[in-house]
Amino acid sequence: MALTLSSRRKSRRLAADAGLLVVAATFALPLLWVVLSSLDPHADLKVKAPDGLTLDNFHAILNSDITFTPLLNSLILCGFGTLLTVVCSALAAYPLSRFRSRLNRPFLLTILFATSLPITAIMVPVYALFVQVNLIDTMQGTIFFFAASQLPFAIWLMKNFMDGVPKELEEAAWTDGASSLQSLVRIVLPLMGPGVAVVTVFSFVMMWGNFFVPFMLLLTPDQMPASVSINEFFGNRGMVAYGQLAAFSVVYSTPVILLYVLVARRLGGGFALGGAVKG
Amino acid sequence: MTTAPQHTGPGVRKVPPGPTAPAPQLSTQKRLFTRTLTRLLPLSPALILLLLFLAGPIAYCAYIAFTDLQLTGQAHSSFVGFANFRTAFKDSEFLNAVWLTLVFTVLSSLIGQNTIGLALAALMQRASKPVRTLTGGIVITAWVLPEVVAGFLLYAFFRREGTLNAILDWLHLPSQNWLFTLPILAVSFANVWRGTAFSMLVYSAALNEIPKEITEAAEVDGASGWRRMWHITLPMIRRSIGTNLMLNTLQTLSVFGLIWVMTRGGPGNKSQTLPLYMYEQAFQNSMIGYATAVALLLLLVGSLFSVIYMRLLRTEV
Repeated sequence: MALTLSSRRKSRRLAADAGLLVVAATFALPLLWVVLSSLDPHADLKVKAPDGLTLDNFHAILNSDITFTPLLNSLILCGFGTLLTVVCSALAAYPLSRFRSRLNRPFLLTILFATSLPITAIMVPVYALFVQVNLIDTMQGTIFFFAASQLPFAIWLMKNFMDGVPKELEEAAWTDGASSLQSLVRIVLPLMGPGVAVVTVFSFVMMWGNFFVPFMLLLTPDQMPASVSINEFFGNRGMVAYGQLAAFSVVYSTPVILLYVLVARRLGGGFALGGAVKG
Repeated sequence: MTTAPQHTGPGVRKVPPGPTAPAPQLSTQKRLFTRTLTRLLPLSPALILLLLFLAGPIAYCAYIAFTDLQLTGQAHSSFVGFANFRTAFKDSEFLNAVWLTLVFTVLSSLIGQNTIGLALAALMQRASKPVRTLTGGIVITAWVLPEVVAGFLLYAFFRREGTLNAILDWLHLPSQNWLFTLPILAVSFANVWRGTAFSMLVYSAALNEIPKEITEAAEVDGASGWRRMWHITLPMIRRSIGTNLMLNTLQTLSVFGLIWVMTRGGPGNKSQTLPLYMYEQAFQNSMIGYATAVALLLLLVGSLFSVIYMRLLRTEV
């Protein structure tokens, strides 16, 4: 009995491995294309062995017009957006996690509701509103909107992580006369470092990849982040240089992949996000 | 998710020593009120941002959906009641967009991401570690990539001279211009490629929580893999299935960049889902009021799913 069970398990493992490898190969094809094409002097649209390896594609795009300015714009938008999101969500999570009030429950329910609203739907009214109040085509307007759209989920995550910090240490600090703000900054936040890291990285990654928000709210080409400027490869340059497009995609995607790996390593596997979303 | 029990330590001391605070005759109610206010003060930056940039636009959306606001230097817009909505439901392009959104959501979210995510998670439970790590890495990379980059990769994959047709030729199967003949299928597949990782993560976490003894007992009793899946595993993770379906659907409803990059909604309007239709009405046709009415409908559908999702979550907040 034990023998048949173990041999059955072994054959089952082989079957599972085979199944996963088939799916992995399918998912890998587009990724393979971008990596190979970025190094290929004669890149086209299908996966193929490059005709010799070259860094010419990268040389061609690594200048301020094509790459550095859009990446800097992305960094400004996402950096300040993330900073605003993390600071506001940490401040907001503190009373929600530490004090009991009649307002907590309705507030948290509203926040939870807002986390799953389709932001895409409100972009047309946001555009109309931004035109009225002269925030259209400004970096700060876009940053504020980025932060606001990311805040519900950030508050939700931050509050859950904060609930995990025992409050005995804070009570000691309170008896020594520390204020709420002091105990938040000196005691609670350092103890929930991984949680703050998750909120920071998650917000940044979401903003970095976001196309629709800057596409709608920014107009001047000089202010466009990489997510929008990448479309120029198709627009007004006539013949599309697929090798350069691939190289740009690699450069633009690398930061978020690195950030993800960094956080996933520290938290082990699933980003802890699956768990956080499940509540 | 336990809420911290009430304590009285800091709040009482934090009442500012203003002219009213230390007065002994002050009613407890008023003191409690001041205390609550001080405690909720850190909420204000987030609250201001949310009110100005999220609640504001939503309210504005609900208002201009009932006006004939236009993009092109119109002196003033006027209230038109439900005219925008009546126009929408008579417009064949709008109905086409609704239909395509439905197809896109069912194909890519309900069938694609959800089923493949569950299958991957289940296979991963049995597979060897290196294969598991490799597959997880590849699938998650597709998820972490910026939306527009994912769009380009899949655009290249489905183009006439792209990878898919190269493989089909190699297998001596008929190839075709996918982005032209079956654009909605191509963008649905793209959304599956990009979004499956999320379902995979949710289901992996859920499957890990099922006690080993239960599945092992069923295995010893001779229940086959499919029967174990159907009678034991699925009922045990049904809450995760519910939340995952809702979140997938909500995410899929608001996909814009992926489709924009791959097909711009075309050819014609054969892959024009609601967000792309809304965009076209607002900026190609300058009908902000009408586009906002469409947006409001999208928002209402989204809210409905969101409420169902909260119901399913049923957390103690």
